[in-house]
Amino acid sequence: MKRKLLALSLVLALVLSFALTGCKPTEKAPTDDNNVTNEDTNTPDDNDAEATDIKVGMVTDEGGVNDQSFNQSAWEGLEQAQQELGVTAKYQESHQEADYAPNFETLLDAGNDLIWGIGYKLADAALAAAEANPDTKYGIIDSAYGDDTPENMVGVLFKAEQPSFLVGYIAGRMTETNKIGFVGGIEGEVIGSFDYGFQAGVQYAAKELGKEITVLSQYADSFSDAAKGKSIATNMYQQGMDVVFHAAGGVGDGVIEAAKEQNKWVIGVDRDQSDMAPDNVLTSAMKRVDIGVYNIVKALKDGNFPGGTTVTYGLADNGAVDIAPTSDKHVPADILTKVEEIKQDIINGKIEVPVNQDTYDVFVEGLK
Amino acid sequence: MISIINNLGIIIGISLMYSAPLIYTALGGVISENAGVVNIGLEGMMTIGALVGATVGYYSGNPWLAFLAAGIAGGIMAILHGIASITFTADQIVSGIAINFIGPGLALFLSRLFFEGATMTKPIPLDNKMPQPFKNILPEVTQVETIKDAMINFFRNAIFNQYITVFIAFILVFIVWFVLYKTKLGLRIRSVGEHPRAADTLGINVYRIKYIAVILSGVFAGFGGAAMSIAVVANYRATLISGQGFIALAAMIFGKWKPQGAMWACLLFGAAQGIAIYLGGTAIKVPSTLLAMTPYVITLLALIFVVGEGNGPKANGLPYEKNQG
Repeated sequence: MKRKLLALSLVLALVLSFALTGCKPTEKAPTDDNNVTNEDTNTPDDNDAEATDIKVGMVTDEGGVNDQSFNQSAWEGLEQAQQELGVTAKYQESHQEADYAPNFETLLDAGNDLIWGIGYKLADAALAAAEANPDTKYGIIDSAYGDDTPENMVGVLFKAEQPSFLVGYIAGRMTETNKIGFVGGIEGEVIGSFDYGFQAGVQYAAKELGKEITVLSQYADSFSDAAKGKSIATNMYQQGMDVVFHAAGGVGDGVIEAAKEQNKWVIGVDRDQSDMAPDNVLTSAMKRVDIGVYNIVKALKDGNFPGGTTVTYGLADNGAVDIAPTSDKHVPADILTKVEEIKQDIINGKIEVPVNQDTYDVFVEGLK
Repeated sequence: MISIINNLGIIIGISLMYSAPLIYTALGGVISENAGVVNIGLEGMMTIGALVGATVGYYSGNPWLAFLAAGIAGGIMAILHGIASITFTADQIVSGIAINFIGPGLALFLSRLFFEGATMTKPIPLDNKMPQPFKNILPEVTQVETIKDAMINFFRNAIFNQYITVFIAFILVFIVWFVLYKTKLGLRIRSVGEHPRAADTLGINVYRIKYIAVILSGVFAGFGGAAMSIAVVANYRATLISGQGFIALAAMIFGKWKPQGAMWACLLFGAAQGIAIYLGGTAIKVPSTLLAMTPYVITLLALIFVVGEGNGPKANGLPYEKNQG
């Protein structure tokens, strides 16, 4: 019996030690600049901007605030808002899905005026929190509720098809084998807009060059299985594709690794991924979550918070989506010049970038 | 014909790459469960191994040191499991679950510690990854025109381009088989798993044998994690190990608690993935979600129809208390 008790307490200790490491409060600001922060609120000590009493919080998904992807980008947007708009910003990290709702609750209790949910995974928790607390403003990244958006909430979407179109054009210009691959995470509306935008960009380049380029798109049915991403990409490269674009989260690590090993081109996503393989990452289709977050905080401060609506950011909005700044390393200047022209055409509406099969068919029809 | 040979090479290559980390981890399961300790904490031990491998590999630039460190890290996690389930006769399942929670949590914590707060480690350059020892034996074929070209490509893709971790995995299968069935230590491990009291009365230190087996299983799981993070890819991130430990566990049961059986099960699983990925890249229109399910469905069917019951070590999962009964 004594032993059983001992065992039980040991297991308890094991679990608790996990809980302790898992719930370690985030005291450090994630950037490695010398932005000295206060333990509780992450407020910069030296604050150039005029101070306001607006408080903004954000809840990350499981990636955490340093995921080198959209959570980190969102926090950088809030940090910018701290410095330039004088708001107070704070984040709560989620370590599992069950953390979402309590994290929203924590930020609410801390008296935040605007609370962000970062990533579509938090869509339900954010909506529930917004409906329960009509006096607090809420924002969600990468999700939209259409007409059902509560008055105190804003959905922020990014036109992922636009940067995908641009990198697709680059891929189309760079390919020598006239075969290009796309690796998607899980099939759906979001990844679909990457897929079709990319294919459209490739076809646009193909028409310009007067040749035929085929694009194979394959889905990993996962955002985490790096081995699968590597397998798919290896297969693609072996089948003669010489440029592969991925929109697949952690699966993309494997895709980039395959490009490294086979010494072929790969195109990154969401952020500038050239650090993963400097010699093989051609460019990246970037989504600037920081700009989106910053813009909404600014709107809130200026008193025109777009509550009840969905805001969609594209190329026209200050480069809220774009290609990576390091693209000039591997992409010849004349192609980049042409990319700039295409950007303008997209902003002017001269090029309508498709987002799904139907609009893609229309686009390809229009190219003929 | 040429393209069939070519594609077969790719499929086999993918299968081997996919199965190698599973084989390490499944071998760990085989050792532990033959000594009568259920180890469902393999996933957590793999995660720690993957993180430590990637971290040591990045900072030291030496893949072998990284591989070894990953094994040691997995072993340390296994000591926790051993203390809970052997010394204190705790429920082995509960302890294993705790390990599976600690693994990713601790990995996250350590990754933040070593990489300035980042939840993923920095990528290791190709030269500092595990070597691909046979990569340059065969010439590279850019245009496949003859059967000979296709054969060269077949062997390159299937075998010669593999990382050394793949070859080590198969060598370890043999070593574990040899130790388990041809040595005194192996006989002791198995006797402890079958009938610990009988082993005890014959003067075998049951606790010690169990500890050795559990720690070894952690070491193997750590190797499995490193085979992911410093061979399949070149960095660790929180989602890198997502389910491999459990698949390895299933493979071990599927393989009837035998090293060679577990190896075949892992290979089958890898082959199912390889075929699914190959088909996904062809004109044959099968929904990718269905293809993604096939490996798991095969595993399930095999578990139901092939394995049957009563194959495992008799005292598997039962805590042993010397002074009771």
